Amino acid sequence: MPVIEKNGDTIWHRRTTKQSLAHSAMWLVGLAIFAYCWQQISNATTWFFVWDAPRIASDIWTRATPPKWEYISQLGRPIWDTLNIATLGTLIALCLAVPVAFLAARNTTPSALFIRPVALLIIVSTRSINSLIWALLLIAIIGPGVFAGVVAIAIRSIGFCAKLLYEAIEEIDEVQVEAITATGASRWQVMAYGIVPQILPAFAGIAVFRWDINIRESTVLGLVGAGGIGLQLSASLNVLAWPQVSLILLVILAAVVISEWVSAKVRGAII
Amino acid sequence: MLKLKKLVKTYRTGDQALKSIELEVPEGQVLALIGPSGAGKSTLIRCINRLVEPTSGEVWLGDIELTHLKSSGLRRARREMGMIFQEYALVERLTVMENVLSGRLGYVGFWRSLTRRFPQSDVDEAFRLLDRVGLLAMADKRADELSGGQRQRVGICRALIQNPKLLLVDEPTASLDPKTSRQIMRLICELCTERGLAAIINIHDVALAQMFVQRVVGLRFGAVEFDGPPEALTPDVLTTIYGEEDWEATIKKVDDDGNEIEAAE
Amino acid sequence: MSTELEAVLGKTWKRPPFISNQLLRRGLALAFVAYLIAAYLTIDINWSRVYEGLDRGAQFALAFTNPDFTSRASDIWGGLLESVIITVAASVVGILISIPIGLGAARNIAPLPVYLICRGIVAISRALQEIIVAILLVAIFGFGPLAGFLTLSFATIGFLSKLLAEDIESMDRVQAEAIKASGARWAQWINYGVQPQVMPRLVGLSIYRVDINFRESAILGLVGAGGIGATLNTAFDRYEYDTAAAILILIIVVVMALEYISGIVRARVQ
Repeated sequence: MPVIEKNGDTIWHRRTTKQSLAHSAMWLVGLAIFAYCWQQISNATTWFFVWDAPRIASDIWTRATPPKWEYISQLGRPIWDTLNIATLGTLIALCLAVPVAFLAARNTTPSALFIRPVALLIIVSTRSINSLIWALLLIAIIGPGVFAGVVAIAIRSIGFCAKLLYEAIEEIDEVQVEAITATGASRWQVMAYGIVPQILPAFAGIAVFRWDINIRESTVLGLVGAGGIGLQLSASLNVLAWPQVSLILLVILAAVVISEWVSAKVRGAII
Repeated sequence: MLKLKKLVKTYRTGDQALKSIELEVPEGQVLALIGPSGAGKSTLIRCINRLVEPTSGEVWLGDIELTHLKSSGLRRARREMGMIFQEYALVERLTVMENVLSGRLGYVGFWRSLTRRFPQSDVDEAFRLLDRVGLLAMADKRADELSGGQRQRVGICRALIQNPKLLLVDEPTASLDPKTSRQIMRLICELCTERGLAAIINIHDVALAQMFVQRVVGLRFGAVEFDGPPEALTPDVLTTIYGEEDWEATIKKVDDDGNEIEAAE
Repeated sequence: MSTELEAVLGKTWKRPPFISNQLLRRGLALAFVAYLIAAYLTIDINWSRVYEGLDRGAQFALAFTNPDFTSRASDIWGGLLESVIITVAASVVGILISIPIGLGAARNIAPLPVYLICRGIVAISRALQEIIVAILLVAIFGFGPLAGFLTLSFATIGFLSKLLAEDIESMDRVQAEAIKASGARWAQWINYGVQPQVMPRLVGLSIYRVDINFRESAILGLVGAGGIGATLNTAFDRYEYDTAAAILILIIVVVMALEYISGIVRARVQ
């Protein structure tokens, strides 16, 4: 923080002239990048449709209201499927995430040089790719249906759960582990008595948290054909049955709210 | 019974924590290890049961040399050495009983320990020990519900249920108030006498050490500076171990203090 | 020997169960198993189809060792560039809008009506998934990156405003009050009392959101809202696994790079 003497007065500035120049230059570059991005988006847009948007929006709104309430009778099975995709997917993911997390954590990995990078690669690659893309891929491989959805959710969740879990493992209290080791316990016993009790609350929290996210994600998997309520949404959209669409959106909204409530309750009970 | 020969530990950073330590502890002797922070007390204790790998030298427990043992041999040797920690080191989310029984892990197979099906004799012994330290009623409480002194008692039970020949005790009183410190030290020493255990107690409170042990070893910069009975700890000796300070007051005050408490109880 | 000790000696010991009510415990376990069986039975897996698929799965896995960046190069790079453009634009706009809304959604600095409106916006944005918003916006604004841009901006607002508001609500009151006591105006108070406390986390969260936005931008193309998703979808439809593998690798690499950068930035601001 420089103080400059000028005409006998002492003036305080937050930055030196050089710093403030670099600062302005950075803002300018940022602005230029944003302007370029905006121009690209603008070029790819048919502005006629955009100016027409309010009319279309109100048109869709009048068609979509009121929702077709009696359609709910056909949504029972899709909702059940959605729940199954999320729950089974989460369970499978947890089973796979636990070993990956132990292999990835610095203090439990058998080999920091060879195995840890592989575990980290599994984590980053499953995490970076959205479950919809996994679903697309699995549908191409094993055909459309609920099973593809379960597997897609499972794969996508491995990285997420394993990352949070291995961070929890790296934060455990090493002295407790030392104490168990000092009793002459074997490697596996040290894990069961020294490490697992310490990460169990984190594990439960992660499981419920991910289940909540998976409920959200599984509601839209049907858009690409991987089962659940998204299938109905996609079908209704294709035939422009807006009253059905609005009902499905309401159901999805309710599912999201309920799952968030359940997960908050369970986490509150555990911790 | 325990014999350290030319034990050296050099950390990867280049710090020489132990410089060729020679030490022999006969059966049933309780020994206090004193010295300033960083003198290598903790490292010495951890080198014995190889929580820290010694760089060179030999550790003999009875007629077994520990530094060359492979993992299963090391586990068997560790069963013979109970360890008590500074911050208790209980597994906080397990119950008191589980913490005590974890001292038997070296004797029990993995599946039995996982499902908590310990042999009845172990369970009985755990109850007996908890009764001995006055915590029987707490058996099913979680360890993090206990006070500091209670936790350290559980830590003592965990070490004793191993049925060890030797206790390695690392600053057992550092996190406790003065009164609890004395109670814990007295308990440890009583139990050692009852069971004829040898013990190495790593402690920075000289006065407390003098009150309870038969032999004191002073460590400074990773080397033994003093080895003798507690009465031989003169201000001169303390100066060589810890550096210049007015020791007269410390020693005297401690003596008075100790007698007073003794009398009060 | 105390009487309590005599009472327990020779008795087996069991770890006290997590749920102490036995009926409830067994009931929950039973219900869970019953659910799993019911769920499994209704999934209806076509094992022969899965078996056939293994072959294609292996092909796809192999494609990762030999990804094809060239034969659809213009589609891939065009799509990727569009994804990046959407990400950047949506992040900038989303972050800028989320700051006032975040301020408004913090109970300790906003008046009640403003608070309710802002919390309402946050709740709506968080409850609707990106892809559903994208579908609606494509229906309204037509195909193209504009819909994707609006979708991600909207999602960013929900995410950042909520976290920012929580941050402001849990900030140190004393520091902020000290500034207020010096007679500062509201804007000055925010600038000097509130901003320094929440800025590091806001920067960290914004960078994290850029990362999320890029990942989400990869799927917007599936519903026609621009970005690399469309190219990816086409590749899957045509069973061009090597092109699909190339795209997936690109996505992973960009996400890794973003995570790396965000790690550096977060370390620097904190």
